[in-house]
Amino acid sequence: MIEKPEKLIDKKGVRLDGRKADELRPLKLEVGVLSNADGSAYIEHGKNKILAAVFGPREMHPKHLSRPDRMVLRCRYHMAPFSVQERKSPAPSRREVELSKVIRESLEPALFPELYPRTGIDVFVEVLQADGGTRCASITAAALAIADSGIPMRDLVVACAAGKIDDTVVLDLYDAEDKLGVADVPVAYMPNLNAVTLLQMDGILAPDEFEKAVNMAIEGCKKIYVLQKEALKTKYMNVKEEIKEETEE
Amino acid sequence: MSTLITRVRQKQIGELIEKGKRLDGRGLTDYRELKIEEGLIERAEGSARVLLGKTEVLVGVKVATGEPFPDTPNEGVMTVNAELVPLASPTFEPGPPDENSIELARIVDRGIRESKAIDTEKLCIDPGKKVFVVFIDVYVLNHDGNLIDASALAAVSALLNTKMTDYEIKDGEVKTKQGYVPLPLKSHPITVTIGKINDKLIVDPWLEEEQVMDARISMAINDEGNICAIQKGLAGYFTPQQIIDASKLAQEKAAEMRKKLKW
Repeated sequence: MIEKPEKLIDKKGVRLDGRKADELRPLKLEVGVLSNADGSAYIEHGKNKILAAVFGPREMHPKHLSRPDRMVLRCRYHMAPFSVQERKSPAPSRREVELSKVIRESLEPALFPELYPRTGIDVFVEVLQADGGTRCASITAAALAIADSGIPMRDLVVACAAGKIDDTVVLDLYDAEDKLGVADVPVAYMPNLNAVTLLQMDGILAPDEFEKAVNMAIEGCKKIYVLQKEALKTKYMNVKEEIKEETEE
Repeated sequence: MSTLITRVRQKQIGELIEKGKRLDGRGLTDYRELKIEEGLIERAEGSARVLLGKTEVLVGVKVATGEPFPDTPNEGVMTVNAELVPLASPTFEPGPPDENSIELARIVDRGIRESKAIDTEKLCIDPGKKVFVVFIDVYVLNHDGNLIDASALAAVSALLNTKMTDYEIKDGEVKTKQGYVPLPLKSHPITVTIGKINDKLIVDPWLEEEQVMDARISMAINDEGNICAIQKGLAGYFTPQQIIDASKLAQEKAAEMRKKLKW
């Protein structure tokens, strides 16, 4: 158990991990990290380390789940037993079942399901290490993995949380702030369409604080969106270099 | 959770809503008729049945003693479980809880937990060793849409009429005393679900509207009118402006409901 410090944010507006109120944790995004998957991505969001992989469009198993006019998106969010302080049982918890559902629903608006009738797409998310905000980091990685697989998308989906610690609305809560803070508002967003595809909240916020938190989270999403696009470009720059080297040989 | 609905009906629902009307004659922001009956299961410490239109949800509360969680040694424990009983809809199947029932249980749980509705510190018997455990079981008996609001209302109503046996500690042992005490409550959250159809926001979607709806958002509002839990659902999206509009609408509807229920 974490001992609650007197203040989660000091008078100068500096948080326990040294960040300012509207500052993101350091991010690292990588695309195409798994050779067997049709698309894959890896994200480090603060201490969160998460892998996402996409398989499909492919034949659905069991077959009766397939739809004659569209593809079906399936999503599994799963935490490794060693990803948290106390070992987590590898069996899916109720939390993981719910998160799998909301992550799927946050990605669906970005896809064109009618393009691949009778098929299924599976998105697998494995949280290797968790430090608060795993559902958001999972969405950011999963959207990149889908893009990497070459499935057409309306936009990338990017996610980030805002919340309230002590009396201040802050961006991107990490584990201790999430547990000891007042409220947490994860948001997933498609910047080009100005569409919020995931919104959850726990904790208590006054209406004006809620509005501020949503806007702050969206601003955070826009910053991560830039990194997402860079990660995709980097992969293709690498491919280009490889081809260049091969032709030179 | 989908039943079949013809394309022509889907179109009709959408077109009506664009004109600000609904198939069952309600305005876009009206709830269906709400009826709450309390205490109809004598074996349970608390119970309530909510009828929201034709949607029917029964909640039973059982109170037992058990161990507290190690990180909250002097607080009682609360759990919510939801059963989508097969007799409630042709789409509900027997078997272990699926993602829909788990999501429903967790939305109800979050509304009660985050609003701190139950005064869990008063449920402590012996710190670190023995506390009261409150089991809230949501039983969906008829599914005609908006199970979330009906279940959340039924859960709080059941908690409101929960009577626990009184106890005393004699020689380090817990002994039950004659008589009952009410469950200590601090807040009465009201959850309002808003659906989006053809870019219009509607309150309390019923079954056929749920088949047409792009997305939904549920917000739990506490006694002070603050938001204490949110869940967006379904495969559509909201614009940031629609979210702000929905949050204002939810607060307004919750305040109306609170006045009517005298919570």
